Amino acid sequence: MIAETSRPHRVALFITCLGDLFYPQVGEATVRLLRRAGLTVGFPRRQTCCGQPAYNSGFHHVTRQLAEHFVNVFDNAEYIVTPFGSCAALVKNEYPHLFDDDPKLRERVEALGRRTYELTSFLVDVLGMDDFGATFAARATYHDGCHAYRGLGIYDAPRRLLAHVRGLDLFEMGSPVWCCGFGGTFSVRMPDTSGAILEEKIRRIQATGADVVVSTEFGCMMNIAGGLARRGLPLRVIHLASILAGDVR
Amino acid sequence: MSKTTFDERARSAIADETLQRALARVLNRFRVDRDIALGEVDTLRLRQRAREIRDEALSHLDQYLAQFADNAARNGAVVHWAADAAEANRIAVEIAQSHSVTRVTKAKSMLTEEIGLNHALEAAGISVVETDLGEWIIQLAGQRPAHILGPALNLTRTQVAQVFARHLGVFVPDDIPTMTALARRELRAKFLEAEMGISGANFALAETGTVVLLTNEGNARFVTGLPRVYVAMVGIEKVVPTWQDLAVLLTLLPRSATGQRITTYVNLINGPRRVGEADGPDKMHLIIVDNGRSGLLGTPYQEALRCIRCSACLNVCPVYQEVGGFTYNAVYVGPIGAVLTPAIQGLARYHELPHASSLCFACREACPVMIDLPRLLLELRRQAAEGQPSPIGWMERLGFRLFGWGARQTWLYELAAKIGRFALRRFARDGRVPFAPFPLSRWTRARDFPVLDPRPFRERWKSQ
Repeated sequence: MIAETSRPHRVALFITCLGDLFYPQVGEATVRLLRRAGLTVGFPRRQTCCGQPAYNSGFHHVTRQLAEHFVNVFDNAEYIVTPFGSCAALVKNEYPHLFDDDPKLRERVEALGRRTYELTSFLVDVLGMDDFGATFAARATYHDGCHAYRGLGIYDAPRRLLAHVRGLDLFEMGSPVWCCGFGGTFSVRMPDTSGAILEEKIRRIQATGADVVVSTEFGCMMNIAGGLARRGLPLRVIHLASILAGDVR
Repeated sequence: MSKTTFDERARSAIADETLQRALARVLNRFRVDRDIALGEVDTLRLRQRAREIRDEALSHLDQYLAQFADNAARNGAVVHWAADAAEANRIAVEIAQSHSVTRVTKAKSMLTEEIGLNHALEAAGISVVETDLGEWIIQLAGQRPAHILGPALNLTRTQVAQVFARHLGVFVPDDIPTMTALARRELRAKFLEAEMGISGANFALAETGTVVLLTNEGNARFVTGLPRVYVAMVGIEKVVPTWQDLAVLLTLLPRSATGQRITTYVNLINGPRRVGEADGPDKMHLIIVDNGRSGLLGTPYQEALRCIRCSACLNVCPVYQEVGGFTYNAVYVGPIGAVLTPAIQGLARYHELPHASSLCFACREACPVMIDLPRLLLELRRQAAEGQPSPIGWMERLGFRLFGWGARQTWLYELAAKIGRFALRRFARDGRVPFAPFPLSRWTRARDFPVLDPRPFRERWKSQ
């Protein structure tokens, strides 16, 4: 995809707070994938939360504080990679708007955003790698996160990676880009509305006959897995990185 | 306004299986047909052009409105300007009274819905009949429109038969041909006896002072052409500079709305009947209505005035699909309603509406005039959260302030995670939390919550 000279050497992992606290094994899988791609992986320890809950609730001054913290933590990184597309979209698409009154800082934030990638698009679009030799025998369906798809334009990358997983059959659900109802704070502000959208998502998932739901979005995963568990459905919800790293069977 | 919250109102809509089936069926058809119809044209280029056209009109609104009004007056229409709903209604009633009108027919119009024109006319002893079939049904049922284009989509044919039966005092079978014939017969009589017709306007063409109306039932022709007096109510934002511009918008509007290449009827109205013409009204009045719109000019919300009321944003909205129109408790519903209602009528009353979105961005993707609806929803949320006074509760405001400070202290973040993990442990069953205390109870209302991993990534990193 890109010239050898500009091929990345070092990446900083942006685990996100949900990844850190609920899906640490996905973080480990991500690190192994990036190392197998020949990269040196760093983990800036002062990283916390990108501030998306505050941003989506209208508290932009709070988000700005966390954005400044993010800039301080990651400013030296050559590339920033995260296994959670929604937070990558916040950094890339929304952070710059918080600094309209400070052109110099805004420029720094935008430059940081250009170096920030969602994992699957980094692997496929930047590194040009779509086969990690993984095997996972499953009937799977893929759920696109709204911010990965409409915010970052990611659609093909995860599907190309899935196509190279031996034994995995992908059964697309009706409109996989339809929201799952998570929406961050929306899920707790309007639980019944959010729950009804989730119900629709689960209907579409069930219609595929899949026994595994694959995603790259921790928020959607918590929501969908929680909905499946509530209904006593035996489907598993798995992050694509765990499959690529060979962590699931 | 009712004291219920959006989510409480949503509950009854979600439990209404008839409504759920209707919404799923109708919206899916709109989406599929729209995709097919837009697949035939260079959609992106047209949308960019449509945005430019609307922005041009809005950035020189005074100039184009004056041009429209001058040309309409030259065509023989009497032009009135109304600052707000009360003034618009007063002018309409005065026009009716000055022409001794007692019976009015109406073509479908969101603006007249917005200003409550029917009530004003009825209060003055003037009878009003909606003639768009869906609009007539909900008028008889005493409801509000559930959707911009399909006002009665929430009613089944059986329910419609009941509405008709109650109105006419006879038994009405619920088969479509019989009911259509009945509506046709009833409305024909109304068309013929009305002394005044009232319509809205899809576009107001500045170049020639032309009122443009799009319908599929042809009722607008009867409303605008048969009675002695015709009144067009036009929102100030409806103005379009040239016929060339109109061609672009006419290509996009029906395709985005119902997936049609063009609506069955397109009326281009250039004033009252002229000498030697066989039909048309004797008198035409134009009421150009602001009602809060100009207050959005020069604000971040100005771009919402680009809206051409196609309802594509409703049709792709996961929230709208589940909760329908009534849950919004507003005239304009769906994503555009969640922007326009609080932006024009104030956040104090409507601060909840901008939160009726999962920010999935489907509305932005669908909008033919490229309104960045999620950004406007976020801006409204910001205005509510950071405004003085704020309609948002002090607990939430304090909570986010503490979050902003605490989430920058790595030790505090780690400590909070430990406490959270410990606190949730006693609610866990088989590695999931089926019920959690407030505020997480809001999450567990709808689905299980996961337990926090005993070893967060930052601890695992040390051993990598």
